Amino acid sequence: MDVQTSQAPETVEAAPPPKAEILEICAEYGNDRHRMMDILHTVQNRYRWIAPETMEAIAEATDLSRIQVEGVASFYSFFSLKPKGRVTIRLCDDIIDRFHGLDAVVAEFERALGIKMGQTSRDGAFSLEFTPCIGMSDQAPAAMINDVVITKLTREKARDVANALRAGETPEKIAVPGFSPSSAHERANRMVNSNIRHAGEVLLGPVPQNAGLTKAVSITPTQIITTMEESGLRGCGGAGFVTGRKWRFAAGGEAERRFVICNADEGEPGTFKDRVLLTERPHLLIEGMTVAARAVGAREGIIYLRGEYEYLRPLLEEVLDERRAAGLLGTEIMGVRNFHFDIRIQLGAGAYVCGEEGALISSCEGLPGEPKTRPPFPVQRGYLGYPTVVNNVETFCHAARILDKGAKWFFDMGKEGSHGTKLFSVSGDCLNPGIYELPYGHSIWELLSIVGGEDAAAVQVGGPSGTMIGRDSFSRKLTFDDLATGGAIIIFNGSRNILEIVEYYMSFFVHESCGYCTPCRVGNVFLQKAIAKFRKGLANPEDIEYLRDLSSTIIETSRCGLGITSPNPVLTTLKSFPLIYSTMTKPTKDGIRDTFDIQAAIDGARKIAKRRSYIFDKDFSQ
Amino acid sequence: MSAISDTGTRRDTTFTFTIDGVEIRAQPGQTIMEAADDAGIYIPRLCDHEGLRHQGSCRVCTVKVGGRSVSACTQPANPGTNVESETPYLTKLRRDLVEMLFHEGNHLCPMCEASGNCELQAMAYRLDMTNPTKFPYLEPNRDLDASHPDIALDTNRCISCGRCIRASMDVDGKGLFGYVGRGIKRRVAVNGMDLAHTDAAVTDHAISAEVCPVGCIIRKREGFRIPIGEREFDKGLIGHEIEEKANA
Repeated sequence: MDVQTSQAPETVEAAPPPKAEILEICAEYGNDRHRMMDILHTVQNRYRWIAPETMEAIAEATDLSRIQVEGVASFYSFFSLKPKGRVTIRLCDDIIDRFHGLDAVVAEFERALGIKMGQTSRDGAFSLEFTPCIGMSDQAPAAMINDVVITKLTREKARDVANALRAGETPEKIAVPGFSPSSAHERANRMVNSNIRHAGEVLLGPVPQNAGLTKAVSITPTQIITTMEESGLRGCGGAGFVTGRKWRFAAGGEAERRFVICNADEGEPGTFKDRVLLTERPHLLIEGMTVAARAVGAREGIIYLRGEYEYLRPLLEEVLDERRAAGLLGTEIMGVRNFHFDIRIQLGAGAYVCGEEGALISSCEGLPGEPKTRPPFPVQRGYLGYPTVVNNVETFCHAARILDKGAKWFFDMGKEGSHGTKLFSVSGDCLNPGIYELPYGHSIWELLSIVGGEDAAAVQVGGPSGTMIGRDSFSRKLTFDDLATGGAIIIFNGSRNILEIVEYYMSFFVHESCGYCTPCRVGNVFLQKAIAKFRKGLANPEDIEYLRDLSSTIIETSRCGLGITSPNPVLTTLKSFPLIYSTMTKPTKDGIRDTFDIQAAIDGARKIAKRRSYIFDKDFSQ
Repeated sequence: MSAISDTGTRRDTTFTFTIDGVEIRAQPGQTIMEAADDAGIYIPRLCDHEGLRHQGSCRVCTVKVGGRSVSACTQPANPGTNVESETPYLTKLRRDLVEMLFHEGNHLCPMCEASGNCELQAMAYRLDMTNPTKFPYLEPNRDLDASHPDIALDTNRCISCGRCIRASMDVDGKGLFGYVGRGIKRRVAVNGMDLAHTDAAVTDHAISAEVCPVGCIIRKREGFRIPIGEREFDKGLIGHEIEEKANA
């Protein structure tokens, strides 16, 4: 995205909602500023925008200033300071969607609803906008319609959806057609296909209920932690920190309260494994969180569910209720004295950076999703300043299974340093996109033959923040020590334009940088502009060195993982596909770099003068 | 600093570490920058300011400790560590960051009232930013807020250091300013429709000449009272007060 974005030509008029109603919403959340995300979600869903007067009312109720409320409301993509339509259609514009017919879907929605992308219809009925990866890359193009999801969009399906919406059908009915589903699980499954292509031994094969938790209450918290350490389990979100060690840190020292938080904010483009676990193994996830709570002595837990997965919220609430009723959550869990633990769901609102654990904690606290300064680390001072364990969905599921089957069982799977199985979210140009649970250690070639993607020209391992490799590197292995990944495997065939992919990924990081630190906020914009130069054929040979140099500054000086990995699309393609870059450069005759675009520079004057320059305008003809 | 131990004897809890090979003494809980300041070693910084909470956002104070880069203003000093600061490599990174800030906003020194008193400009001189820069200009075009009788705000010159936010919140107890938006669109905004609709006063610490490092917060009717050539950084490089401590 560029700094200057185009504005919708007309703004929809709307009166701010009555103050009394806003104060009532705040009161529902105890006028607690830490529940700001919930307050803003409720307001946004009910009134379709956060008006200036609304921010003042919320500030008054939560004892904050208006600018503090605005700081939160303006940070998240799903909150709007301008009136939105009663139905907001968010089309996923990830590169996979683009390569699978997004343009036709966009054109159809624009035509059928009579508005352009980024606009709201004058009658306040519809808003149309783009959103980055919504975790549906295995069934792209996909879209969110308010809080539900529609997948495998085609021009025809887009037309049908738009027509049904215009006829007054609810998004829910469109996403889940036919008879109303009998359970929340069935509803989720009819909306989104889980696409489990290969079930492994640990997570997606048969899983006995609560066997891990039963084991956990029969041993001491210290023994639980020791078991985790012996299993070799490492975090499955991407960073790969040793889980047992994290739990041991969080359990140590004195603290009045401790917290266990599940990071269900998988926003890395091309990743959707947690979506499938949340749908198919919600009990196992909560069992794992409960095990962690016992290990570290936490009484309170939070599932941070990305806003894009709001459609899974009813399912998770149902599971939480079932477990409370069965004595598996709440007080005296499984009849064990002093074992109390309960969980609330915190819904995110469209911010990739909240997958970073500090930013996630900030968001849970009702703040803009900005990473926190380290030290202190979350295990020392996390949520509200208390020791906090933050683990990925898959990590908690593994933890519950390890307790049941033993550390050795898990340790013996996979490779040295990378134990157990891993869920891979496979998408792009292959026969069978979907979820594969495999032990660590397979090569890319092996994976490609399993998924039917042998003619791949490039594979993006770990999403944009990971590594893009070409055919000469397909014998590399999927382990923490070689190709580390949170699970995303995106396959591109020979017809895809590598620079188009890189430019998209850089625009993604520009859109998702929180803006806190200089190198990530500004440097990524420069990288994106530089790649655009290559695509336009305006790059000089020196620009290759410029890309490397700028990338290294961003990596060295950024504050969190987002900035440290954001130049990876550029750096890893420079390494894997150097010829693509060098063929796109040409030395200038006069040695002057092509950074100055005279056309763009005189454009304003040209419009005012209503004349075209016959010197600089190449298309000028008389 | 001394502390009373259990036995009642005074025990020295200070420790030493090195910056670019120079051994300096630090107190427990001090950041690298705090200890360096006390020892008369200047580490370049923009978002950090005496008397305000550390933020660690401009990254100009990036140093290397044990091979890792950290912001000196937020990183606790640790006994026995070796901190690299004034190496050619780090100076280059810092110059890149300062250039990024120049290119992010509209910094036209010859026509800016802050010229000579501007920390961004002074930092550019200190870091030897003397060659033509290579980054593109982002040329923001935000409205000037001149609504207040005594104060004007030109956020096109803002470097997002947030010093005014912290000064107003923590020192003045007013909370006049805050960040809004995300990423490259993140900016400093005021707690109201415009400055005139806030309780901003020209006597606020947040509005004072020392808090805003650039020419973003402008006090009206004061412009050019001190002529160019006699301004703060005309007298010496930025950081010279700290470095003079070492010589004293």
